[in-house]
Parts: sequence; structure tokens; C-alpha cells
Amino acid sequence: MSGLVARKVGMTRIFREDGAVTPVTVLEAKPCPVVKVRGASARAKGCDSVQLAYGPQKTSRLSKPLRGYLEKNGVEAGYARLIELPFPASEVKPGTEITVSLFREGEKVDITGTSKGKGFQGVVKRCGFSGGDDTHGCKSKRVPGSIGQCATPSRVWKGKGLPGRTGGERRTVRNLEVVRVDPERNLIVVKGAVPGARNGYLIVRKSGRSGGSC
Amino acid sequence: MDELIRAVEETGGQSAEIPDFGAGDTVKVHYEVKEGDKVRTQVFGGVVISRRGGGAGETFTIRKISHGVGVERIFPLHSPKITMLEVVRRGKVRRAKLFFLRKKKGKAARIREKR
Repeated sequence: MSGLVARKVGMTRIFREDGAVTPVTVLEAKPCPVVKVRGASARAKGCDSVQLAYGPQKTSRLSKPLRGYLEKNGVEAGYARLIELPFPASEVKPGTEITVSLFREGEKVDITGTSKGKGFQGVVKRCGFSGGDDTHGCKSKRVPGSIGQCATPSRVWKGKGLPGRTGGERRTVRNLEVVRVDPERNLIVVKGAVPGARNGYLIVRKSGRSGGSC
Repeated sequence: MDELIRAVEETGGQSAEIPDFGAGDTVKVHYEVKEGDKVRTQVFGGVVISRRGGGAGETFTIRKISHGVGVERIFPLHSPKITMLEVVRRGKVRRAKLFFLRKKKGKAARIREKR
């Protein structure tokens, strides 16, 4: 039910004890201070949440309102962004820093971020259509083909896959295994890929019913 | 941030020391094989025909002629299953990838030794 904000560093692979190779993504999560704690009653959804500050930034680069807001809540100004996440209110108070030690090795996490933008893409890449033959005189290599029937229903079905802007959307990857946690360097290493480009910010939350929704 | 990725890679389970070797060198790789619940060490020796990749993902390819048949095997350089890596002979070659050896047989597939 708790989480923090991390930055994608990049991917590599590591060896397990038995020699098996695991593809991993390295995330850097500098300590995120809690700015505000909101109890379940304060939110329409009925669960506790906290507001975290993240994204270290020179104080001089911050807007005065943001600086003032952070200082009022007892957080040293120096963070550019704020986010509200579900979090058990009893465990933290304003000023507490959420660090990578929140997670343990072997635990499952959900990671949310903005996927890489792909621009305007056709149906083969965007909707997983098979496309036509490349050879044998085929003239429909990557075209969508017919998009529906005739008099009935006289319209295109909702959800029909068509070309368009692809990527650059909020995406969540669930149940990624935490392979390693390095509190010294503020690193979380998770198995597999996560959405978005390097240096992008990601929300890392503990998996499970109470972690994902609410 | 390459340093952070390297920091993660370095904490891997490398067991063998990696000597300085490259394409053209003849090496012997001692690696652990699991058979049922027994672990034993096998040796694969031959000519290194390629080294590719970097960091934790670096691999090398070894080619040998076994019973008249060419056999190639690719090893992850940093695999903890490699217990020992020894260079038997230094070869004098002029390129980094020796894939042309696949088309050579017998005497033509020899590599001069580095003096």
C-alpha cells in the first residue's frame, strides 16, 4: 500500500547464484520527504495517502509558491515535484523521508510511468495486426484492410484498432520482482523492463490488492 | 548514469579471474555443469573467434573441431559457472571477429602464434 518515486537509470543483466541470467532495470530513488499526510476520512476514496516531494532541484530554480509550501510543511525546499500516493498514514508524519529500504528483496512491485512516445504508427505496430504477405504478389503488406461490415451495423465498432499516435501514455507494469535493494546508493533493481525512457520518473508501489488500487 | 549501472553489475557473482584474451587466442574454459544433483566441471577448449558486448552482458565465442565437426559455444564472460579461464596460446590475427574460420578446414584454419 506504499510506494515512492524513482528515476529509471537503465537496464543491465545480473547473474543469480546458480548462474542464471536475469534481465534487470536499475532505478534510483533518492529519499522522498513526506510533505503532507491525509487520513482516510480526508479523501473521497477512503484510504490514507501521503504527499511526497521528489526530483531534487536547486532552491533557486523553484517557484516561490512551491518553496513557501514546502517550507511551511517543514520540508527543506529543494524538490521540484509533488505527488500524492496511497500510504498508511500511521507510519509517517510530515518530514519523514521515504527511502528504498521500504522495499525488500524478493518482494513484488508495480511500476507506473509514461511509456516512450512512438509517434504516428500503423496498425501492425500499434494494434498487433498480422499484416499481409511480403511476397507472392501481395499488395496489402501493412494495411488495416476492412474496418467493418456494410448496412449492419453501418458504423465502425468501438475499440476498432486503427493507426494513430502511439506510446507516451501512462502505463503500469505489475508484479515485478525486486532483485536487489541498495540503500547506500538509493538503488532498486527490479526484474524485467519498466515503461519509459532513461531518466524518466516512475512510481514504484508494493504489489497486491491494497498496493495497486485504493 | 553509467556509474550506477556499473555499481549493480559489479556486485554480481563472478568467481573466476578473467585473463586478458581476445580473438585468435586458444583458451580453455572450465565451467560447472549440473547433472541431476551433482555438479562437475567440464573443460571446453578452442579458438576464441569473437568477443562481443560490454559490461555484465559481455560474451565470447569459442570454436573447436570435435571428431571432424566444427563446434562453437558462446559463454557469458562474467558467468559464475566459469570456474577457470586459461589462455593456452596467443594467436596472431588481424581482425576482431574470426567468422571466416567457419569456411576453412584443416591446414587453412590454422592461426599463427604471436611472438
